[in-house]
Amino acid sequence: MTSSWIVSGTQVGDLFVRDGVFVDSEPADAQRIDATGLIALPGLVDLHTHLREPGREDAETVETGSRAAALGGYTAVCAMANTDPVADTAGVVEQVWRLGKDAGLVDVQPIGAVTVGLAGERLAELGAMATSAADVRVFSDDGHCVHDPVLMRRALEYVKAFDGVIAQHAEEPRLTAGAQMNEGDTSARLGLAGWPAVAEEAIIARDVLLAGHVNSRLHICHVSTAGSVELIRWAKSKGWRVTAEVTPHHLLLTDELVGSYDPVFKVNPPLRTEADVLALREGLRDGTIDIVATDHAPHTVEDKECEWAYARPGMVGLETALSIVVEAMAGTDDIWGRVTDWMSVTPARIAGLSQQGQGLRPGAPANLTLFDPSLTWTPGPSELMSRSHNTPYAGRELSGRVVATFLRGEPTVLDGKAQK
Amino acid sequence: MIDHLLSASDLDRETATLVLDTAGEMAAVSGREVKKLPTLRGRTVVNLFYEDSTRTRISFEAAAKRLSADVINFAAKGSSVSKGESLKDTALTLQAMGADAVVIRHSASGAAHRLSGWIDGSVVNAGDGTHEHPTQALLDAYTMRSRLGRLEGLRVALVGDVLHSRVARSNVWLLNTLGAEVTLVAPPTLLPVGVENWPVQVSYDLDAVLPKLDVVMMLRVQRERMSASFFPSVREYSRRYGLDVVRMGLLPEHAIVMHPGPMIRGMEISPEVADSARSTIVEQVANGVSVRMAVLYLMLGGIA
Ligand SMILES: [Zn+2]
Repeated sequence: MTSSWIVSGTQVGDLFVRDGVFVDSEPADAQRIDATGLIALPGLVDLHTHLREPGREDAETVETGSRAAALGGYTAVCAMANTDPVADTAGVVEQVWRLGKDAGLVDVQPIGAVTVGLAGERLAELGAMATSAADVRVFSDDGHCVHDPVLMRRALEYVKAFDGVIAQHAEEPRLTAGAQMNEGDTSARLGLAGWPAVAEEAIIARDVLLAGHVNSRLHICHVSTAGSVELIRWAKSKGWRVTAEVTPHHLLLTDELVGSYDPVFKVNPPLRTEADVLALREGLRDGTIDIVATDHAPHTVEDKECEWAYARPGMVGLETALSIVVEAMAGTDDIWGRVTDWMSVTPARIAGLSQQGQGLRPGAPANLTLFDPSLTWTPGPSELMSRSHNTPYAGRELSGRVVATFLRGEPTVLDGKAQK
Repeated sequence: MIDHLLSASDLDRETATLVLDTAGEMAAVSGREVKKLPTLRGRTVVNLFYEDSTRTRISFEAAAKRLSADVINFAAKGSSVSKGESLKDTALTLQAMGADAVVIRHSASGAAHRLSGWIDGSVVNAGDGTHEHPTQALLDAYTMRSRLGRLEGLRVALVGDVLHSRVARSNVWLLNTLGAEVTLVAPPTLLPVGVENWPVQVSYDLDAVLPKLDVVMMLRVQRERMSASFFPSVREYSRRYGLDVVRMGLLPEHAIVMHPGPMIRGMEISPEVADSARSTIVEQVANGVSVRMAVLYLMLGGIA
């Protein structure tokens, strides 16, 4: 096994890898990769991935999701807790963590549920998950909102004992009962029950106040509205420990696409308006929104090829994220530096992953992504390695593609092909 | 002429007028002793009903049969939700059976759109969730034109639960296309967010609107809306938005009263009003058959 590489011709200079870390001198017996014209980024980190195992292995497994992640340039993914059984005990989070180790394509960091069974009634054993082999630091009931304010306060306080963070899926459930898409002009015309922006904003407003009150770490998942960006900006101006993410699809797509009633566009939170999209981009540019997370949500054909109301929300995103972010954020100054922060350094910091997001400097773990901005490609069943193919970009030409990914010096993707 | 009829907004003025004119010719057939035309002989029309609606199904069935089509009634109630055969599987079955047209009623908005993507035959939306019911709007427009002689410039109020009403959605677009002026009258809780961008006027005050109308169309209000706090009580709803004889007296002499049925007598419309000479409720049913004949004829007609 070769563990030495020379990656020459990158814009940051030649990179040397030995024994899984970047070094500052050319190693002996190294394989060489010519990266001229390629963009070299530290391995990407996704704070919000649904891997579906255990429970829905027909949609995705830890292994197939890991492979998709590697192909998208990721070296670590945080696996959401809404599996079956729910990742609400040390046993389940350790199982997911071990499956990730076995797959060996990316670091799979389990997220623990905040409440038992995601039921929003009593706290899961957060401490046991934190001290398990999986070393959980992020807790989320994603898919559901922790809507009881007392329980949310307790969760925020409790995880301070081990520097944890509560990642909230902000959705006031009474305001979204039966909701099918963004509430607005399009929902009125299509006769689909609306998911109003205020249902997200009301929870964010409450939670930033709670986080400020108890001085705890709060992370807002998949922010989708202009009003939410405003609230987070305000919370940050108060100095409260609040971070936020946006998905690639909320940076690019709008609710008008729902006009086709094609459930490939059904996500939670829903696609919003053009004005929201512009506010999210601005929020990401000015640092109000800290990171981009995929909310990769694989679903089987059966769960999507049906009436809109019966389809499950979510789209796959790991393999297309980088192309989509670069497209949506075109025109941003120092785009690659910003992408490094949004998609590697900051998500690793929020998740407490010390082996990730450390940049391309000597001594750092050799997690590396090489992206070819000149390639174009069209996602389709034969292109995508996720077990599910529910992507709105099928048949749409994307520009730029990941050609190589290294996890601690070992290639997981070379020439655009997964190595396992 | 028409590939599918999924939404009233698919119809431009010319096509909508053609449907209404053709319906007039079909009505003449319905008045004959032999109520049948050979036009669609050998064609198969499937009534695919996921929701009970005997009235609508019978109306489409009568329309297809008067045009000599073969009719298959396919009651598929609730199959998709109960993990039975999916809509897509059903579509493939209908495709294999060689259905020329599928008339679909479904509780999910957009179901007709989805179906149209999966089969080669024509799809007629006979009501999808809270989205649309375009043939209802066509028969309403036909009824208005028959009674009042025109549509251009008619002042029409739709009164009641606009939010959940596919009849209202279809009528708004079609009437706008045909040049009528529409006012929606409802408590604010029963109007959709975004209604301010529709080509309509909005009022919360029925009494203020009535004297200016040519047509008042009462919409159905389901009692279960009460438990969801859309309005405080049936009594309060009835007092503010119900149409009784006293209120009917505010209408101009020539104005007509419409209701898509089935009616809940008492709550949204009083029995005296429903049975009055101004009421077109019975005519609407008869006109429904003529309009549906016209739609099927223009969709499938003649081309053997
Ligand atoms: Zn979520």
